[in-house]
Amino acid sequence: MIDPVHALSLHQLTKTYANGKVALKGISLHVEQGEFFALLGPNGAGKSTTIGIVASLVRPSGGLVTVFGERLDQNPYGVKQMLGVVPQEINFNPFEKVEHILYTQGGYFGLSRLELRDIVEHLLHILGLADKRQQQAKALSGGMKRRLLIARGLVHRPRLLILDEPTAGLDVELRLGLWGFLEELNRSGTTIILTTHYLEEAERLCRQVAIIDHGEIIANAAMRSLLDQLDSEVFVLYLCEPLAVLSSLGDFGVKLVDPRTLEVCVGRDQNLNDLFALLAARGIVVHSMRNKQNRLEALFTRLVGIGEQAQPATRQVAV
Amino acid sequence: MNQVVLKPLRQVFWHAFWAIAAKETRRYTRIWIQTLVPPAITMTLYFLIFGHLIGSRIPQIDGVSYMAFIVPGIVMMAVITSSYANVTSSFFGAKMNRYVEEMLVAPVSNNVILLGFVCGGVGRGLLVGLVVLLIALCFTHLPMTHWLVTLSVIFLTAVLFALGGFINAVYARKFDDIAIVPNFVLTPITYLGGVFYSLHMLPPFWRGLSHLNPVVYMVNAFRYGMVGVADVPIGLAYGILLLTIAVFYFYAWRLLRDGVGLRG
Repeated sequence: MIDPVHALSLHQLTKTYANGKVALKGISLHVEQGEFFALLGPNGAGKSTTIGIVASLVRPSGGLVTVFGERLDQNPYGVKQMLGVVPQEINFNPFEKVEHILYTQGGYFGLSRLELRDIVEHLLHILGLADKRQQQAKALSGGMKRRLLIARGLVHRPRLLILDEPTAGLDVELRLGLWGFLEELNRSGTTIILTTHYLEEAERLCRQVAIIDHGEIIANAAMRSLLDQLDSEVFVLYLCEPLAVLSSLGDFGVKLVDPRTLEVCVGRDQNLNDLFALLAARGIVVHSMRNKQNRLEALFTRLVGIGEQAQPATRQVAV
Repeated sequence: MNQVVLKPLRQVFWHAFWAIAAKETRRYTRIWIQTLVPPAITMTLYFLIFGHLIGSRIPQIDGVSYMAFIVPGIVMMAVITSSYANVTSSFFGAKMNRYVEEMLVAPVSNNVILLGFVCGGVGRGLLVGLVVLLIALCFTHLPMTHWLVTLSVIFLTAVLFALGGFINAVYARKFDDIAIVPNFVLTPITYLGGVFYSLHMLPPFWRGLSHLNPVVYMVNAFRYGMVGVADVPIGLAYGILLLTIAVFYFYAWRLLRDGVGLRG
């Protein structure tokens, strides 16, 4: 049952809250060491409860949590030393100075000021907070607050980092910067578990993914193999010349959204070369194209049974 | 980034305790206008009105001037209020703004959390007590008869009310909840705790009733340490203080262990 190979193991984890709400129905999950793991699910699916249990903020009703082979119920202090948590909500003392927040958090993990000096300096610089060190946290911008949360989660150099919506509310530039930082962190050996509503973020960063819904794991696989389950993808094509009517395009499902925009469903057994050959044969010139929906998003909506009405009329994305 | 090596728990707890205590100290010194100045002003007014203006017309009590008689009680009032308020507001703030989670996700034991917050409350209580005492010295001479009793009683009282503040903060769900106990419990028992009068001045029924008030023992033990007079046995005062601290500590620790208001 206890597997030291895994960074995190959840075994038959259950949680029923005092109000009777069943949040987790016996989930089991393994995250390999060095993994960049996505834990996805719609609101209320059980993600936060799962993270809360691992972080010791929520008491499980049953089941077992192990972190690098240490059982949370038997060695909570040892597990906590290996774990870093970056919450979704800003939850530091707004009146504390940035530097103090990091030193205090390091102290909670048993690090002296001397030990913390280099670590705090490194984090402040790498996360762009060095010139804000003496500012009260409340004076930081939203993006800086989010980076301070990440710095705080890393100050004790955890082996396993759990990020709950780390880029929520960040602009594109900050988000891209943070992605690069997290990828580098993962390359240096830190196992990362990410929950996010930005599915392109999960697709870009994570190699493994689990999807949780109604307190149960409904998918758990490598990102690549999960995406391969998509039967089809819908592409939006922007045309150079307007099109009044459109006859069929072979076996491709098509829909003319407006005279300059075409939606085409490309099945797993089809390819874009054939599509463009058919378009060229009809004298249709494509200016640009994009996926109508992020691939992981398409899979996600299918798996959790939401947003099906939003799918194109041509062909449903199926797993 | 280098990976962490697990540290011995004793070392973790030691640094964690100082991290909490330092954070608490930073808090009440950062907002000194709210934490140190108001009690100083209030207690100065007490000294002026009760001690100087009215007290000059009151004869000595147990061979001590009225001003010298009330100083220990007023210092004690300041210590009780400050140590209680510090932990209540700090822990409640941490809970409401959820930065208490910083500690809950860290390898910090419940004892360390409790001791860290109590240390903050005691620190503020004793600092305010010192300020009030220095002000009192502008009005009267204090012989400091038994300094060891003085220091130990003031320290234990600050510990006790810091623990009380912690329990209040754990149960509090809104800001009103942290004002109820100070307004409706602490203020009455402190004013009726023999700060301004000797129990011998009361009718027998009220004198007997006063012996049920724990603050009476603290004020009198402190007064004994400073001016050498008391209405209660000092040993009993220590016993009540230590017993109450033990009960409050165990209760607060259990609240933390059970995650009351903290863990889902």
